[in-house]
Amino acid sequence: MFGATVADSTAPAHDHSVAARAVDLRKVYGEGDAAVAALDGVSVNFAAGEFTAVMGPSGSGKSTLMHCLAALDTATSGQVFLGDTEITRLDDKRLTTLRRDKIGFVFQAYNLVPTLTAQENIELPLAIAGRKPDQAWFDTVIDTVDLRSRLSHRPNELSGGQQQRVACARALVSSPDIVFADEPTGNLDSAASGEVLSFLRRSVDEHHQTIVMVTHDPIAAAYTDRVVFLDDGRVVDEIREPTADRVLEQMKMLSSGAVAGTPAEG
Amino acid sequence: MLRLTVRNLLARKLRLALSGFAIVLGVAFVAGSFIFTDAMSGAFSGIIKGTTADVEVAPKGANDFDSLQDRRTVPAEIVDKLAGLTEAESVHPYNQQQGVYVIDPNGDLVGGSGPPGLAFNYSDTVAITGEPILSLTEGELPSGTGEIALEESTAERAGYHIGDEVELVTAGRNPTMTATLTGLMRFGSAGGLGGATLVLFDTQAMQELFFNGEDVYSGISLTAAEGVSQEELRDAAQPLLPPGVRARTGDDAAAANEAGIEEILGFINTFLLVFAGVSLVVGTFLIINTFSILVAQRSRELALLRALGASRRQVNRSVLAEALAVGLLGSTIGIAVGYLLALGLKALFAFFGLDLSGASFPITLRTVLVSYAVGLVVTMIAAYLPARRAARIAPVAAMRDDVALPESSLRRRLIVGAVMVVAGVGLMVLGFAGEGESGLALIGAGMLAILIGVALMSPVLGRPLIHGLGAIYRRVFGTVGSLATENSLRNPRRTAATASALMIGLTLVALMSILGQSASASTDKAIRESLTSEYVVSNVVGAPFSPKIAEQIRELPQVETVAQFRTAQAEVDGSFAFVGAVDPNGFAEAFDLPIPGAVTAVFRPGTVLVEASTAEQGGYEVGDTIPLELQGGTVKLELTATYPPGALPANYLVTPDTLIKGGLEPLDSMLFITKAPGAADADLRSAVDKITSQIPTVTLKDPQEFAAEQKEQINLFLYLIYALLGLAVIIAVLGIVNTLALSVIERTREVGLLRAVGLSRRQLRRMVRLESVAIAVLGAVLGVLMGIAFGVALQRAIADQGIDVLSIPWLRLAVFVVLAALVGVLAAVLPARRAARLNVLRAITTE
Repeated sequence: MFGATVADSTAPAHDHSVAARAVDLRKVYGEGDAAVAALDGVSVNFAAGEFTAVMGPSGSGKSTLMHCLAALDTATSGQVFLGDTEITRLDDKRLTTLRRDKIGFVFQAYNLVPTLTAQENIELPLAIAGRKPDQAWFDTVIDTVDLRSRLSHRPNELSGGQQQRVACARALVSSPDIVFADEPTGNLDSAASGEVLSFLRRSVDEHHQTIVMVTHDPIAAAYTDRVVFLDDGRVVDEIREPTADRVLEQMKMLSSGAVAGTPAEG
Repeated sequence: MLRLTVRNLLARKLRLALSGFAIVLGVAFVAGSFIFTDAMSGAFSGIIKGTTADVEVAPKGANDFDSLQDRRTVPAEIVDKLAGLTEAESVHPYNQQQGVYVIDPNGDLVGGSGPPGLAFNYSDTVAITGEPILSLTEGELPSGTGEIALEESTAERAGYHIGDEVELVTAGRNPTMTATLTGLMRFGSAGGLGGATLVLFDTQAMQELFFNGEDVYSGISLTAAEGVSQEELRDAAQPLLPPGVRARTGDDAAAANEAGIEEILGFINTFLLVFAGVSLVVGTFLIINTFSILVAQRSRELALLRALGASRRQVNRSVLAEALAVGLLGSTIGIAVGYLLALGLKALFAFFGLDLSGASFPITLRTVLVSYAVGLVVTMIAAYLPARRAARIAPVAAMRDDVALPESSLRRRLIVGAVMVVAGVGLMVLGFAGEGESGLALIGAGMLAILIGVALMSPVLGRPLIHGLGAIYRRVFGTVGSLATENSLRNPRRTAATASALMIGLTLVALMSILGQSASASTDKAIRESLTSEYVVSNVVGAPFSPKIAEQIRELPQVETVAQFRTAQAEVDGSFAFVGAVDPNGFAEAFDLPIPGAVTAVFRPGTVLVEASTAEQGGYEVGDTIPLELQGGTVKLELTATYPPGALPANYLVTPDTLIKGGLEPLDSMLFITKAPGAADADLRSAVDKITSQIPTVTLKDPQEFAAEQKEQINLFLYLIYALLGLAVIIAVLGIVNTLALSVIERTREVGLLRAVGLSRRQLRRMVRLESVAIAVLGAVLGVLMGIAFGVALQRAIADQGIDVLSIPWLRLAVFVVLAALVGVLAAVLPARRAARLNVLRAITTE
């Protein structure tokens, strides 16, 4: 479905089409001597139908990368493509529509609207667009996240895990091209984390959803198909079919400074 | 803690500026009222002192600042007798005439509507200020009836120069006349007459034009010889005077006149201060609300302070210290703005003919003290409740994620509100039963209590309204509409408090509209029911005019009768009496009063008819003797009948000879004309128009036009009140801006989320706008409903005083609600823009 040039230029190692990609992405904060490059020439592809984790030590630029990919932040230079749309060229109005129709979000702090019920929160992106949810898909999503009995509750009547499941449902119900999850389990205990992650995993396996997740939790990363490691604003490594141990090991090496940009190693 | 307070003030500049602005406006109104009335007082005091000589001789009650044209005079031989006094250095007889107006070259009345037009003879009298009352600045003194001098500002406003032919309208034997301008005079030392116009003749011309050519004077000014006090001169002069004529020292005369002016100015000051009070009450709501929101937003920080060991009292004090700073700053700026406001009032009153261009606008110590006291007290009271709540935050709240401020339950609010409403109703009932100023004060206090009570209950009362509005929003605006509805329901106290500020302003606006409309309708009814004459001639400025006009009209063949209606002020048993005088025969033709039997049977010289409500208040009954105290003395009259309120433009009706006995010059205020049988309307109209057209001060109208003119006056007054209440509405709008801005800040993260999941900037602005409109409409609807309730109650209460028709201007009230919605849109502009400009990423990650 995507242009051949896209596939050629980025040369993916497997035959999935690309849902999102960054090309030589730079993000610099401050000016002159005080300038800090949060992203220092990042080029990375995210294949459609894959669950990818972005990891790295604090300050590695993983959140910045996700924000740029998700049209929440603008890069200093470089390009971001969602599908075949270059979002780095869009104005605020188009970005808003893009976020509304093509992107789903899950945040660490749930970020539900407190005045709306769980159901209203889930339907919010569709309602903003003035669309009705597809009932069958809505039911599927609700049952997957196991929230049917909680639909009329307001966020303050739900537990943290339930709130995050509502947030996940909200991200999925509009069938976005890609879902970005920013530390979705950061505020949850291990049981609730497991529920949320299994749910994300299932939506990739069963519904071919594309998910990019920023996390620092190796256990969470183990739920994914592929882990991309960032350090000092660069992509330094990636692991396919990760296990928690391998991820942990890699993280240790990163934080001890042993890795010096040797992506071939993985 | 002090450093923290300062930091907080700086960190929240904008928010505090908005609440400070409420104080600025309220204090400005107070300060402006005082500065303005001080300026007026100073200006009039200057005029009075500048025209008063060491000793003033005049018939008792005549020639005072508030006297009507007196017909009593002082004979010339008295002047000679006084001139013989060794205590007197000089003796200056004078003649004065009211109702002499200058017509400018375009045919318009100089000075417009309101200020008096005066004529004096020129004299070189020196006033107690040591300055000459009049001094020639240009040209020559006038001589004979064909020449005049004009006071400088009068000539300037008219655009006349020396040598011009000046057209005058007079209340004397010649309704119109022309004279050559020979000189310009400066009046007093400060210059300026407060908007009045002044024409100067020589003494003989004054006597010929206005005193039937007799050698008599209105009064005599004496200046004391070297070393003679005012009292000594007065005591020397008094024995030489005929009965009824009295000598007063210049100081006494000036003090008496100033007291009269102060009474009027005091009324104006009170009138303005009432509106200042309304603004302050509205401002109080705004400050309470702002501080509540600020405290709520800072609750975690305050809890942290408590956890770190700050006592309740310290937390309480830090909030109050903030309020104190805001109050001080607001009051200071308020005084400065008040000065500007006073200048604005000067311009406004100049429009009504009061010229204060020569007056100084002093900021007295009293003004400063009152302004600071009001500003600080209001701020501290308003901040006290939020401060107390802040102090009650538990230290453990610092650890919690979502901090809810301890708030009084809605049930308690309902109960307290209901009690206040009941108490308010009680006060109003007492007020209606009471009389005069204390009655009015009780009614005002009752209304205030009810308003506060309703404001307390409004979180509950407003709920169904917001839900109703929400249903419309949802239907029209979809998700954005329901988000806006949910937001306005989210903190009912905050929404209600914000709306309440607008409610107060609109209650009064609606109340005044209803009273104004009812007064108009009552005027219509009274004129329709009791006026039988086909035409009315009246003065556009309400000033008396020459009886010659009536004589000329009476000679027209198309005219059957002309009733000359005159007016005067008097006192009866210490109460103000508005007196009308008319010839019984003409009266019977012009009016159809529901009085048993023929009017002429009960209404004759020596009798008085009294308006029913006035009679009831005074306890007068048919057959009683009424002592009517006019300026020239008391006339005893027999009460022979009462008439319904509003039927006549007076509450006492007497025959013309009574006014003459009371020392008043017979001048007409209105003419009621009935048509001769068979005369055509158009003929009569053109014939009368021919007479009145030369005189720009009077106009001819039919009863409908007459009613319209009366209603125009009512409307003009209504617009003045709208303008004054406008300030309270502005403060209320600021309140909405403030609440919305604070809510947007509070919901930054939520706004970020909404933007992240695809809400466009436009939709976001609309959401804020709809919430704003919901608040404004809530306030407007509550206000209009309260206004209707108060309006109906007040109209019922004063139905026996002439406002006997209840008329509710539904369309106008609906317009107010629509305007309020527009105001809501306007109030949302800045907060909505601010929300829309929030950086999505930063908003969503904000703490």
